[in-house]
Amino acid sequence: MKTRVVIAGYGMAGARLAEEIRRRDPAGERVAIVAIGDEPHPPYNRVLLSNVLAGAMSAESVRLQEEGWAVAHGVEVWRGREVVSIDRDGRRVTLDDGTLIGYDVLVLATGARAWVPPVEGLIGDDGELAPGVTTFRTLDDCAAIAAGARGGVRVAVLGGGLLGLEAARGLAARGNEVTVVHPRGHLMERQLDDGAGQVLAQVLRGLGVRVLLNSRAARYLPGDGLKLDDGRLVEADLVVVAAGVRPQTAQAWAAGLDVEGGVLVDDDLRTSDPWIHAIGDCARHPGTVPGLVQPAWEQAAALAALLTGTRSPYRGTKVVTRLKASGVDLAALGDVHAAPDDPRAEVLWLSEPARGRYAKLVVRDERVAGAIALGVPDAAAAITQFYDRGLPVPPDRLALLLGRAMPYGEGAAPGGGNAAGLPGASVVCRCNAVSKDELVAAWRSGARDLTALASATRATTGCGTCTDTVCGIARWLAQSEKAEAAGTAHAQS
Amino acid sequence: MRAATSTRPADAAVGADGTAVDTHCPYCALQCGMTLSPAGRASVRVRPRDPSAGGLCQKGWTAAALLGSPARLTTPLVRDGGTLRPASWDEALGLVARRIKEIAAERGPDAVAVFGGGGLTNEKAYLLGKFARVALGTSQVDYNGRFCMSSAAAAAHRAFGLDRGLPFPLADLEGADAVLLAGANPAETMPPFLSHLRRAMDAGGLIVVDPRRTPTAERAALHLAPAPGTDLALALGILHAAVADGRLDQAYVAGRTTGFEEAWRVAAAWWPERVERVTGVAAADQRRAAAILAEAASAYVLTARGTEQHATGVDTVGAWINLALALGLPGRLGSGWGCLTGQGNGQGGREHGQKADQLPGYRRIDDPAARAHVARVWGVEPSALPGPGRSAFELLDALGTAGGPSALLVFGSNPVVSAPHSARVADRLAALDLLVVADIVLSETARAADVVLPITQWAEEDGTLTNLEGRVLLRRRALAPPPGVRTDLEVLHDLAVRLGQPPERFPTDPETVFTELRAASEGGPADYSGVTLDRLRAGERLHWPVPRTPGHQGTPRLFLDRFAHPDGRARFAAVDHKGPAEPPDEEFPLYAITGRVLQHYQSGAQTRRVEELRAAVPEVYVEVHPDTAHRAGLRHGAAAAVVGRRGRVLATVRCVPSMRPDVVFLPFHFPGAQRANLVTNPALDPVSRMPEFKVCAVRLSPAGEREAQ
Repeated sequence: MKTRVVIAGYGMAGARLAEEIRRRDPAGERVAIVAIGDEPHPPYNRVLLSNVLAGAMSAESVRLQEEGWAVAHGVEVWRGREVVSIDRDGRRVTLDDGTLIGYDVLVLATGARAWVPPVEGLIGDDGELAPGVTTFRTLDDCAAIAAGARGGVRVAVLGGGLLGLEAARGLAARGNEVTVVHPRGHLMERQLDDGAGQVLAQVLRGLGVRVLLNSRAARYLPGDGLKLDDGRLVEADLVVVAAGVRPQTAQAWAAGLDVEGGVLVDDDLRTSDPWIHAIGDCARHPGTVPGLVQPAWEQAAALAALLTGTRSPYRGTKVVTRLKASGVDLAALGDVHAAPDDPRAEVLWLSEPARGRYAKLVVRDERVAGAIALGVPDAAAAITQFYDRGLPVPPDRLALLLGRAMPYGEGAAPGGGNAAGLPGASVVCRCNAVSKDELVAAWRSGARDLTALASATRATTGCGTCTDTVCGIARWLAQSEKAEAAGTAHAQS
Repeated sequence: MRAATSTRPADAAVGADGTAVDTHCPYCALQCGMTLSPAGRASVRVRPRDPSAGGLCQKGWTAAALLGSPARLTTPLVRDGGTLRPASWDEALGLVARRIKEIAAERGPDAVAVFGGGGLTNEKAYLLGKFARVALGTSQVDYNGRFCMSSAAAAAHRAFGLDRGLPFPLADLEGADAVLLAGANPAETMPPFLSHLRRAMDAGGLIVVDPRRTPTAERAALHLAPAPGTDLALALGILHAAVADGRLDQAYVAGRTTGFEEAWRVAAAWWPERVERVTGVAAADQRRAAAILAEAASAYVLTARGTEQHATGVDTVGAWINLALALGLPGRLGSGWGCLTGQGNGQGGREHGQKADQLPGYRRIDDPAARAHVARVWGVEPSALPGPGRSAFELLDALGTAGGPSALLVFGSNPVVSAPHSARVADRLAALDLLVVADIVLSETARAADVVLPITQWAEEDGTLTNLEGRVLLRRRALAPPPGVRTDLEVLHDLAVRLGQPPERFPTDPETVFTELRAASEGGPADYSGVTLDRLRAGERLHWPVPRTPGHQGTPRLFLDRFAHPDGRARFAAVDHKGPAEPPDEEFPLYAITGRVLQHYQSGAQTRRVEELRAAVPEVYVEVHPDTAHRAGLRHGAAAAVVGRRGRVLATVRCVPSMRPDVVFLPFHFPGAQRANLVTNPALDPVSRMPEFKVCAVRLSPAGEREAQ
């Protein structure tokens, strides 16, 4: 008999779950899927919204599924609808239009919603965001921001976390005058230490983003901007609220499921009700932190495996934070707050504010425990590989921290300029394995030009890219012979 | 120092006495032109014919050493009481024909199998396929090119409707400002090729994708070193970066392609930062690669074995083609996608019928029209032609099993060294009732044979080969073969006649065979009907297809007007990253990758017998990061065991600081316990049936230590 799986929420987690189930059960022989999404759009990739905001991608190009995917794959999708209550005994859900849908298994993939801080005036009397205020979470938010941010208007971004900074960078790139208002002493305080936060602020300022730290908004004044609690006014025509998100757990809570900052789940993504699972931003698994897509997708894969009959427990996801903002290359992972004098860790750090670079590496038990890499993209890539795979770090920690942990140019055939300094055994013509020593020997035996050297040694007769080097060696030999002769002549005179 | 000093160019000038013959190098698909000046068998002089188009590498210069090698076979050998003893041709061929008849009578025609090679001339490959289908009546024929070009071929077919390694002349690359090489190391595998990339190198436009910092990567402006088996993700990341940064060629995509939407849905989920975590290639470097290719006036994407020899090889090549299509490169003058063919006749070898699913002219064996055409040329009923058979590894894997062949004829291949999971292959060969090997030396596979047939080699025969750009070349005989040696065509003729075939059906004269091949290929995708040896002798540069139409000059550039699909459009492929079939784990924590060194070619059967090359690289080694070696208790020069699930390779440690610490590299040219393919994984691509040569999981330990069971 088919299992009827109802997915509450059809965003990045819910849509992925449907795809992962159909990858394992393409014809729908084992699992029937009903998905309920509250947004009017087909599912889209939230990670790419900063590209949409920056104008680099269209709403169409961030769709997760091609037109007609759900129909072609036998997935019943209810768009613009929301689950408002769960009847656990009757195993059915009620939608906001009163529709009742029964399930064998319910999956909560309701995600998270933007949190609006209690700043006076942000929310109007009708309970909606005031005119000129928008959150940054959905495709509709993007459209609202884009519409409001036309013509180089002034924008205040409330919140200097990951999302706020991506929005700020995107808007600055569109020619807006952008101010980030952040209540803490440094940006992205969850993911960065103070030093990195300060360098990041400097990098953003260099890109035309104003950054106000230790600044709390007290009041929104439509048409003027944000009044801060110290009395300053941040002039803004548009306020983008990016102060964090809250998981959508109201229905789970009401249904009596265990909720603690998210719906609690085990390694089978199962909630306290055996027939209800939860994945993505609405779920809390002890092995990861919410807010990023990778855990959501890994959870979707694990749950799809379980629902199609092959248990594949989810053990958590190591999280790496990457700021997606053009002109800024930032990665942060693990324990970034360890102090240099931490007795249980090796901590290396390097700050080069003038070039917008900051790098920190925390090593425990020969493994990467945490790192920050700002402005050193290849170090970020290498450190992440060691971190993800739990590989022992190289003994030369500094090389890893600086990037290009791999020395470059070892054994490369050098150019023609430094023929004298080239070691004798080094291979000049790789195609024919001809060393400098062999060329020198051939020259001394009378091969005095390129053609003769090529005849005698085969150097340059392969791809020919060593020709300059061989000419350089010939020149150097001719010069040193001339110098010797001059020296001899001088001595004789 | 070099022993074969007589082959130096200085000597070549001395020997130029009017007997010089223009031919081509016996090794890779570049097929460099060379002139041979025979002054007696022991001192054939070699010199490059056209240095402006690239000269010769060390292998080419020393190629003549094998002509006079004492290792050369000059008499048939027959197994007798466990050892191989010399026999007459009559005895050897009589034995082979008798055993074939017995085995086929007992177990049916498919009990006899044929294994060919990508080094065989077009004529040999053609006649071998015909011999299998007509004289043996077997469907069980495939060749080592399956281990070489099959993934690129399948991906090119899917994207463009036609597969020709480079769909443009090689010399076009000389105008390129940017070239991305994916899994290619031409500085070692086809050194003179680099001469065509000078402009790109000078312009800072060479991008090399390789987990290892190869001599080719050292010359690149941008070296991307993905974790083994993650090339597909990398290609998706670069495509994503290209689209996100506004570099998509929208007019080209709209006008000349289909399927972008579906391909983009996949690539959209692979933003560069996500790809960075999977591949280890910095997101910034992915963006830079996209920028270099998109901003160049002339750009090419070229793939080779490093990215193709995977269980996801077809999809991986498809991902690189997607990138090229998104940037509007294929089918335009001065840009494109191409594949660097490996073996000397890797291109022609796959076109003329030694592949399990194909007939001459690159026709499908399951296409009724193709069967009818070829059957007519061969003078048989279409219904008499067998259908598709097993692919190379599946064929080798089935040998000596209940449902598999019990006899095998091998021409131009050394699968004991070159096939994946080679210990298994050696076991399968040992289980045969009859193994016949035609070769020039006693290769590792020949040593296992019941009958060994000594055949001619490159400088002793006429024929044609098709190089990496789809151009048909003349191989010319420079000297007579040693007494006792026969050509492959003669061997096939003699066997066919003994099996009851009319003698005229299996000609021994290469030109006669070529004339028949032209007719068989006529109207097929790889149409050779307009190629004549006279045209080639006159120096015409003919790229197929060359129909018989009077005045047709061949097709140097394919796809300029339309692609070969019925709608004329190229197809994006919606391909997704899966990762290697055998990822590292606690027991086997390292990736092993395999490849070639400059001095050796394929299984090394030829090059290990050339003293200068053998002396340069005498034995297998394992390249490893010094830290990784240290952790395994090894130092530079130590004897190591590279241990995987299927076997262990004994190799000398070479500490190389530029290696990724999670990767070891093994060259695959060496025999016995040094065979890299003892550990490689025979997981097959679902479409091309290409084995996953390029990544498997291993651990490293000192060679002396007993392995935990």
